[in-house]
Amino acid sequence: MKIAAIFGLTASLVLTTAASAQISGDVVKIGVLNDMSGLYADIGGPGSVEAARMAIAVFGGTVDGKKIELISADHQNKPDVGAAIANRWFDNDGVDAIVDVPTSSVALAVQEIARNKKKVFLISGAAASDLTGKACSPTSVHWTYDTVALANGTGGAVVKAGGNTWFFITADYAFGHALERDTTRVVEEHGGKVLGSVRAPLNTSDFSSFLLQAQASKAKIIGLANAGGDTINSIKQAAEFGIVEGGQNLAGLLVFISDIHSLGLQAAHGLQLTEAFYWDQNDATRTWSKRFFDKMNRQPTMVQAGVYGAIMHYLAAIKATGSDDGTTVVKQMKATPVTDFMTKNGKIREDGTLVRDMYLFEVKKPSESKGPWDYYKQISVIPGEEAFKLQGPNQCPLVKG
Amino acid sequence: MFNSLYFAIPPAPALFAQLLVGLINGAFYAMLSLGLAVIFGLLNIINFAHGAQYMLGAFCAWFLLNALGVGYWAALILAPIAVGIFGIAIEHLLLRHIRGLDHLYGLLLTFGLALIIEGVFRQQFGSSGQPYAIPPELQGGRNLGFMFLPNYRAWVIVASLLVCLGTWFAIERTRLGAYLRAATENPVLVQAFGINVPRMVTLTYGGGAALAALAGVMAAPIYQVSPLMGSNIIITVFAVVVIGGMGSILGAIVSGFVLGLVEGLTKVFYPEASSTVIFVIMAVVLLIKPGGFFGRVG
Repeated sequence: MKIAAIFGLTASLVLTTAASAQISGDVVKIGVLNDMSGLYADIGGPGSVEAARMAIAVFGGTVDGKKIELISADHQNKPDVGAAIANRWFDNDGVDAIVDVPTSSVALAVQEIARNKKKVFLISGAAASDLTGKACSPTSVHWTYDTVALANGTGGAVVKAGGNTWFFITADYAFGHALERDTTRVVEEHGGKVLGSVRAPLNTSDFSSFLLQAQASKAKIIGLANAGGDTINSIKQAAEFGIVEGGQNLAGLLVFISDIHSLGLQAAHGLQLTEAFYWDQNDATRTWSKRFFDKMNRQPTMVQAGVYGAIMHYLAAIKATGSDDGTTVVKQMKATPVTDFMTKNGKIREDGTLVRDMYLFEVKKPSESKGPWDYYKQISVIPGEEAFKLQGPNQCPLVKG
Repeated sequence: MFNSLYFAIPPAPALFAQLLVGLINGAFYAMLSLGLAVIFGLLNIINFAHGAQYMLGAFCAWFLLNALGVGYWAALILAPIAVGIFGIAIEHLLLRHIRGLDHLYGLLLTFGLALIIEGVFRQQFGSSGQPYAIPPELQGGRNLGFMFLPNYRAWVIVASLLVCLGTWFAIERTRLGAYLRAATENPVLVQAFGINVPRMVTLTYGGGAALAALAGVMAAPIYQVSPLMGSNIIITVFAVVVIGGMGSILGAIVSGFVLGLVEGLTKVFYPEASSTVIFVIMAVVLLIKPGGFFGRVG
C-alpha cells in the first residue's frame, strides 16, 4: 500500500516533469500587444496582428501537433495598461509569448513581467536599446531594430556628411531619451557637438515652439528623436517655419514608411532614414509584401514585417525543441541563424539583439516616384556588426566579461 | 548635453516669438471652446462630439480637395455647412430625446458618438493622417525681425479673432441672441411669445458643430488631417472651458487665448510639463473659483 503510494507519487512526479518539457496547456498562444488606435497604430497596430496571422498560417495553424492561437490587445501607449494586460495574459489566459509592443516605456514594463514569469517576449515595435542593455532578459529577443542601429545609421550618415552640430527635439519618454543618448554618442564619436535639446511630451500636436528653440540654437542639424504622429507633425511644421530654407537640416532618426505615406513626398523628399526592411527591395520582400497588401491594403512597415519574421523563428524553435518553455525556446532561437525574406544571416546576440543588416534610404522626389508607396531609394547597406555596434561596454548582465 | 536649462532665460525677441506661437494655438482653443460654450450655455449639453466635429471639418476639406478639386477658401464655407447639417441631424434624431435629463446622458451620448465617428475614420484612413497643403495665397512667411512668421499662422490669428468676436456679438448683442438667451432661462415662456424654441435649439447645435468644423478646416494645413486630431485636442479644450466658466462665451474666448499663451511659455521654460500645465491650472481654478473665471453661477 505504502510502496504503491510512493510509486504512484514518483510516477506522477516523473509525468509532470516530462510534461513541463512539452507544450503547456496543449496550445501555443501568441499575444500581439500594441497601439491599436493611437499615434503609432499605423506602424504596428492591426497590421502586426495580420502579419502574425500570416506566420501562423504558414505553419498550418499547428506546431508539433498542437494548435497555435492568436490574441491581441491595445495598450494605448500606457505602461500600466500594458503591464495589466501582460499579467492577465500570462496568468489567466495561458499566453506563451507576447509580440511587438511598440512604445518603449510599455515594452520595458512588459519585459519585466515576461522575465519574472520566464515567458517569451518578441520585440518588434519598441526601439529603446535599454531593452537589451541594462534591462535585458534571457527570454526576450529584440527582433527588428533599436535606437543604437538608428543612431549608427541615420545619425552616422548625417554627421559624416558634415552635419556636426546638433539640436534634438526628443519625445519625453524612454524611447526618445534612448534615441537621443545613443545618437549623441555617435555624433560625439565623429567629432560632432550637441548644442542642446528639448523634451516634447508624447503626442504633441504643435511643434512650432520647439522648432523655434531649435532654430535659435543655430545647430546645423535638428535631430528628431520621436516617432509616428510626432515626427509627421515636426516635419510638416518645420517646412511651414522655413527651417530648411534657413540653412538647417532635419534628421528624422526614426521614420517609417507609413509616416512618409501620410506626409506625402512633397513634404518628405530628401529625408534620409534607416530601416530594416522596405517592401520594394527584392523579389522576396515584394512577394511577402504583396501577400500583406492584399489583406491590409497598405504596404507593411518594418515593424509589421518583423512581427512575421519573429513569430516564424519562434515557432520553428518550438518545433525543434518540442517545448514552449520560455528559456528553452529563446536559447534555441539564439542558437539558430536567422534568414528570411527580410533578413540575411542574422544572429541573435547574447543580450537578445538580433544583429541584422540595416539599410540607409533616401525619400524620393515626387518626380522620381511611380505612384503610391514608391518612396525610397537605397543609399547603402549598413552591415549588422556596424549597425548594432555599441559605443562603450555592453550593459546587459547576461553578457559575460 | 541634456541641458534643458540652456534656454532658461531666452533673449527677449525669442520670448516674443514664443508668445506669438502660443497665441496661435490659443486661437484654436478659443474657436473650439467657443462652440462648446455656445452649446452648453444654450442647450445644457456637454458636447463631447465636438472633437469629432472638428475632425469632420478637416476631413470635409480634404474630401473637397481630393475628390472634387474644391480648394481651401470654398472649403472654409462648405465644410462648416456640411458638418452643421450633420449636427442638426444629430440634434434632431438623438439629442432631442434626452433634453431635460441629467447632464450625464448628453455627455455619454455625445462621447459615444465621438468614438463611433472616430473609429469609422480610423478604420478607413489609418491613424497617421492625410496631407493637406497650405493654400498658395498663404504660403511662405515674413521675417518679423524676431521670428519668421508663416503667413498662414498670421491668417489663423486674424480669422479666429473675427470668428470669436462675431459669435460673441451675435449672442450677446443681437435680438436673435437675446431670444436664445431667454430660451435658456425659461423656454416655456419664450415659446408662449410665439418663438419656435425647439427649432432654435436645433439650429444652435448645428451652429456649434459648424464652428468646430471651421476650426477643423483652419487646422488642416497645420496638422495632419487625422482621425485622432479631435480627441487629441478636445480634452484640453474642455479644460479651457472649465477655466473660463461653463457656458460663458467671453470666458471661453479669453481663456482660450490666455491658456494658449501659458502653454507656449511652458514649452520654453519647462517643456516636459507643456501637456499638463492647463490641467494643473484647471484644478487650481476649480479649488479657488469653482464656477470658472467668467462663470455665472458658483
